[in-house]
Parts: sequence; structure tokens; C-alpha cells
Amino acid sequence: MNQLLSILQYLRRNKSLALGLGILVFLTLFTVVGLQFIDRKVDPYPLAAPASIPPTLSYCPRTEPDCPNPKAYPFGTDAQGRDLFAVAVTGTWMTLQIGFLAGGIGLVVGTFLGFTSAFYGGLYDAVIRLSVDVLLTVPGLLVLVVIASSLGDKNITVTGMGLIISLLAWRGPARVIRSQVLSMRERSYVMMARLNGMSNMAIIFKEMMPNLLPYLGASLVSAVTSAIFASMGLAALGLGPLREPTLGVTIYWVINQSAFLRGLWWWGAVPITIVALVFVMLFLISIGLDELANPRVRRAR
Amino acid sequence: MRYSWSFVLRRFGQLLLVVWAAATLNFFIPKLTPRNPLREKLLAEATRSGYIAPGFEEMVQAYETKFGLDRPLWQQYLTYLGDVVRGDLGYSIANYPKTVWELILEGLPWTIGLLLTTTLLAFLIGSLLGALMAWPKASHWFRYILPSLLIFGAIPAYVIALTLIYFVAFRWKLVPLGGGYSIGSTPSLTMSFILDVLHHSILPALALVLAGAGGWAIGMRGMMVTVQGEDYMTFAEAKGLKEWRLFLKYGVRNALLPQVTSLALALSFIVSGSVLVELVMGYPGLGTLLARSINQLDYFMIYGIVFVIVVAIAVTMFIMDMIYPLLDPRISYERH
Repeated sequence: MNQLLSILQYLRRNKSLALGLGILVFLTLFTVVGLQFIDRKVDPYPLAAPASIPPTLSYCPRTEPDCPNPKAYPFGTDAQGRDLFAVAVTGTWMTLQIGFLAGGIGLVVGTFLGFTSAFYGGLYDAVIRLSVDVLLTVPGLLVLVVIASSLGDKNITVTGMGLIISLLAWRGPARVIRSQVLSMRERSYVMMARLNGMSNMAIIFKEMMPNLLPYLGASLVSAVTSAIFASMGLAALGLGPLREPTLGVTIYWVINQSAFLRGLWWWGAVPITIVALVFVMLFLISIGLDELANPRVRRAR
Repeated sequence: MRYSWSFVLRRFGQLLLVVWAAATLNFFIPKLTPRNPLREKLLAEATRSGYIAPGFEEMVQAYETKFGLDRPLWQQYLTYLGDVVRGDLGYSIANYPKTVWELILEGLPWTIGLLLTTTLLAFLIGSLLGALMAWPKASHWFRYILPSLLIFGAIPAYVIALTLIYFVAFRWKLVPLGGGYSIGSTPSLTMSFILDVLHHSILPALALVLAGAGGWAIGMRGMMVTVQGEDYMTFAEAKGLKEWRLFLKYGVRNALLPQVTSLALALSFIVSGSVLVELVMGYPGLGTLLARSINQLDYFMIYGIVFVIVVAIAVTMFIMDMIYPLLDPRISYERH
């Protein structure tokens, strides 16, 4: 209870973190509650509903203007008859899934590489450092385009998408964790632990990990952000999981079917609004974690 | 001489490494996949209309000899690297007999023009706003610009572009809906055509600047706060210099230089963003070309475009790294 109170007190101080987590809670609730109203296997896919209906809470077919139980399409439907409310509910979740899968793999692999690189040094370290430096300068999205288009799997799954993107997701975490571990090794408390004869493993898990946590969190958030950005970019280029209603694929259809030029504004507005929310959320959380990790870098007031 | 030759050589080695790695990736990835792009193209053509473009057989021949499976792998690889060095990236499958390089050259000026203008604008506008935010005597409403700028900075540029298309182009009809110039006009160096191009470029440029300015503003604000604590600022203030001179000559100038290093690092991210904006807007640059090539399964085109962009970015970063110490006396690339 006390811990909860102190966390809440901290959040009052750290407004960006609070707001970011607030959006996360909102999106989670939206998904959980939304799932109660839709059939996940049918509604977000084509032909689930009449095509191109503007947002409405009581829809009746034209043949039967005052039907007994009208259907609700709060976000409207697209030209292929997907219920956009269902797309929003399942697509948000799928997109975050891709992001967390790729970001999570990137964090684990990157942390491992960063740790070993900082600890062993020598040739191994030089190779890791050079690969990270070189890979960070290439436009990741375009490298992924080459890989994804060569696989050319038109029916790629959400998981497959996450795995492809994870191929480059380890670069950022590897760099951050390596530099943090290098600076920590020289600090007095690690020196003391070493003089006391603690084993390397114990030093890593007892002394370093707790101090690395904010950096691990920040690395995860930025890895997830780049992963979602990459997944949406690939989808926009037509390399996404085209059968699934992820946010990126939905936007691909909006572009591909000229939704705006046909006046179907809600078709574009739904994914764009959620994408904006997701990215602003990740951005706020990353600023908040930054403040948590470097309390001295308080904003210039 | 502010940097040692060993640094230049090491940096140049890194550049060569990037080019070699990109070329190697392009060589081996098609080998690792079980797909044969030409066979697929033949199939696609046959199912579409039964029509096969004239010269297609020759192309298959050319392809077979180029990637000739009759020679050992290392020989093929060396031949391929030699071709790449000479700028020969093969033929486009979808637009045979045009070469990949010809098609890239058509799109390149558009992409470079759009990128250069928007990157510079975003950099300057963002940095200026960031500097004003950190300047104690500046008007207070600059503090309120930041959050809105940051929100735009967090959202991918092409999503902003889509939104702008709906409002600015479709609803208010202020600018064309897309493309690089009006249909029916021929590219030429006349005043009217240039104006037409600018008119078509407003929207993609606006999206890219909106998406890019926020990041620069944050960096600049932090740098400005640091600069204001420096001794030379106090000294300049004590001399009683005019406010704007203090701001520009002492503050902005010294805070801006470190920003230039991030410019090189941000480049690959900016390029990814602009590729997507081009595709949304149907702008006749490399982004649109890439999207079209992906749709047409034109693999040599995809590999060629990505290779050229990766190499261009690597070269630009190398040049910037070489120029930077000449600009900023505080930086030297001696042994770290």
C-alpha cells in the first residue's frame, strides 16, 4: 500500500510518465471492453458488415428503414465491409503485439550483446561495437524491405512480422546497455563488490541490474517505438500481414483504396487517431523514463 | 590540421565496409530465398494476359549468364561486386529493357530536392524555436509551442501527410492531391513548371517539416541552456551587447554546431520517413518507385533502390564527419 502511494506521488511529479501510462491504461481498457462487443474472428475482416457506412449507432438497411433491432457501427465500416470499431479493437492490440514482440527480442538480445561486449572487451567487443555503429547508420526500414520482400510471404502472420522486425531491433539496446555497463564497471560500489570477492554473476545481478532497470525500460520503450514504426512502414509499402487488420495494414488500405478521395473520412480517421495516440503514448513514457533514469537532467524551469 | 590521418582512414574504412555489406546483402539474399523472380514474373504475365513483353527471353538469358549458375559461387560474387562498382545494378524486371540505374536516376532528383529542403527547414525552424524557448527574455508563448510540436514529432510523417491530404488538398482544395507536377505538363526549366512543382511539393514538405522540427527543438533547447551558463555569455552580456546579437552570435551559433552531428545521425530516419511520405503523395521520387517495384515484384529494382539509398547516406555521413571539425574548433578527432 505504502509503495503504491509513493509510486502515485512520484507520478504526480512526473507528468509525462503519468500521462503516457494513462493513455496505455485507456487503450488497454478500450481493447478489453471492446472485445466484449465484437466477434474477434469475424468483425474486423471483410464482408462482416455492409460497406462504407458512416459512423452510426443505429443502422438499418435501406430496404427496412425502421428495423426492430438496429446495429451499431460507432466507427463506421470500410469499403470492404470491415467493422472499423472491431478493426480498432483488434488492430491496436495486434500492432502493440508486433511492437512488444520485436522490442522484447531486441531488448533481450541487445542486453546480452551489450553486457558481454562490455565485460569481455578485446576483439569481440570491437566486432560488436563496429556492427552496432554500422547498422545504426543504415535506414532500418529499407533493410527490412529487402528482407521482407525476398521472403515474399503474402500471408505473413502478425508473429512473423514481429520476428522479421526483431532482426534489427537489438541495435539500440546493445549500444545503450554496453555504454552503461562500461561506466558502471568503474564505479566504486562495483569495485568494492569485486574486492569483497563477489562472483561476476552476483555482481551483474545484485549490483548492476537494479541500477540498469531504468535504462532497460527506456531501451525497451524506444525499441518498441521503432518496431511499431517499422511495422507500419512495411505495411504501407504493401509488405505487412495483409490479411490482418493491424493499424499499419488498415492505413495501407486507406491509401490503396483512396478512402479520403471517396469521402470515407472515418476510414482514415480511425487508424490515424489510434496511431497518433500510440506514438504519443510511447513518446511520453520514454520522456518520463528518461527523467526517472537521470534525475539530474531535470527540465530547465 | 584538426584531425589525425588515422581517424580519416578508419572512418573511410567504415564507409567501405557499409558499401561492401550492402552489396553483399543484395547478392546473397536472393540466393537464400527459394524464389525465382523471373519465373514469377513470367507466371504473373502469363496469368494476366498471356502477353510476354518482347525481349523478355533475352532478359532471362541475360539474367542466367549474369547470375550464371554454371560458374562457382565466388566467381559470381566477384563479378557482381565488379558490376556494382561500375554502377551496373542490372535490369528492371517490370520495365525491361530499362536498367535499374536509369529508373533510379529519374527519381533521385525529386527525392534529393524534397529531402534537402525539408531537412534544412525542419532543422532551422526547430532549432530556432528551441533556442527561443530557452531564451529567458523571449516571449512566453514559445513555451506553449513545444508540446504541440512534440506531438507532431512523435507521429510518423506519412500519417501526418495523410491527414493533411484530407483537409488541405481534398476539403479545402488549396494544393493538388498528389504527384510531382500537373498531369499533362512536360518537365522543363520554365518558370511555370517550377511553380507547378513547388505547388505540388508544399504538402509533402509540410508533413516532413512538422514531423521533424520537434526533435531539433528539444536538442537545441538543451544546448541553449548549457551555452547560457558559459563564461563567454556572461562576458558578452557584461559588455552590454544588443539582445539579438547576444542571442544569435553568441547563443545560437555555439548551440547550433553540436546539433549538426545529430543531423548526420538522424539522416537515415529522415530518409525512411520521406520514402513513406512520397508513397502516400505519389511524389515521383524513389519512395513511390520503391512501392511500385514491391507491387510488381520487381526485385532488382527493390535491391537497387535500397542499395543506392544506403550508400548515399553512408557517403553523406562520411562527408559530414570530415567537415564538422573544420566548423567547430571545440571538436577534434584525436585519439579518444
